[in-house]
Amino acid sequence: MTHFMKELYRGLIKENPIFVLLLGMCPTLGVTGSAMNALGMGLASMTVLIASNFVIASIKNLIPDKVRIPAFIVVIAAFVTIIDLSMAAYLPDLHSQLGLFIPLIVVNCLILGRAEAFASKQGIGASVLDGIVMGLGFTFALVLLGAAREMLGAGAIFGFKFIPESADGMLLFIMPPGAFIVLGFLIALVNKMTAKKA
Amino acid sequence: MEYIIIIISAIFVNNIVLAQFLGICPFLGVSTKVSTSTGMSAAVLFVMTLATIATYLIQTLVLIPLHIEFMQTVSFILVIAALVQMVEIVMKKVSPPLYQALGVFLPLITTNCAVLGVAILVIQKDYNLLQGVVFAIANAIGFFVALVIFAGIREQMDLFDIPPVMKGAPVALITAGLLSLAFMGFAGLV
Repeated sequence: MTHFMKELYRGLIKENPIFVLLLGMCPTLGVTGSAMNALGMGLASMTVLIASNFVIASIKNLIPDKVRIPAFIVVIAAFVTIIDLSMAAYLPDLHSQLGLFIPLIVVNCLILGRAEAFASKQGIGASVLDGIVMGLGFTFALVLLGAAREMLGAGAIFGFKFIPESADGMLLFIMPPGAFIVLGFLIALVNKMTAKKA
Repeated sequence: MEYIIIIISAIFVNNIVLAQFLGICPFLGVSTKVSTSTGMSAAVLFVMTLATIATYLIQTLVLIPLHIEFMQTVSFILVIAALVQMVEIVMKKVSPPLYQALGVFLPLITTNCAVLGVAILVIQKDYNLLQGVVFAIANAIGFFVALVIFAGIREQMDLFDIPPVMKGAPVALITAGLLSLAFMGFAGLV
């Protein structure tokens, strides 16, 4: 259990894919207009990450070294297609809001990066665990960013408005510039927290 | 006229980096110098145009006749990856100087979501082949504009005294936010 907690800490804080490694920035900025969208995107990416880490770790010995990247991409693309179609069937609203960013999970550098750096070298169990913690770290960062933007921009969280009905939030934070600015300050905050500990 | 609207809207109003959030990784990664960002943009222009033509043909000639549109993601990414490899090999043989200039950026482009994003957008927007090509070129120019402006700012920024926790990514992101805010001024244009 302590091993799991250590891994979890690694995924959430120490090697957080967004705040520290700066991987997968496009969906991070693109879909975090609200906490709900961010959560949906995070869970979809996490599912793809766990599944592709599992498959890649299982077949790594069968893939010739030279064509490993295209092979990884095909595995990832297959899972993305599965997620894309299932979301279109069961969560049509979320699917239409995330739009283009669902097929673009394929080129999320986080997933290919973990496949190349971790799953292609380690065992199946360790790779699945890595997928879970990295996925959680990604989802955590996404929801944090989405919640911050939704609170500042709409005065709401997960759709529940906490400011008076007639008042408006600062719309800027829902729009594209807000994504860059809020993420910039969040990373600065994480830098400050980790610098103190060291 | 229709083409002019596509071009203006892709470069300024819906700038691919600052409004659509595609291609952020190279935007943050290679934008420390103006010269490297020019090279990267040229490589993107080249690959994006070719990839749009290739994926458009795949979609209309293979996927739709066979009713396997759900294979879009898988086939497009494979086409793009193969195309990038091919461009690299051809360029090495045909034009070594060009390869010298763009070679290092080519492998990075496979995972540039801007290329796949534009290819999918062309299909979603129901463009014909010519409109698609114009759209791809305009988006690549938009990428170039955003990247070069941003690199210019970052070159200047090295000279300033920035608080240690804000150094690197945070201040770059906030600058990008302000740039994106400036680009929102174009919103009423089209």
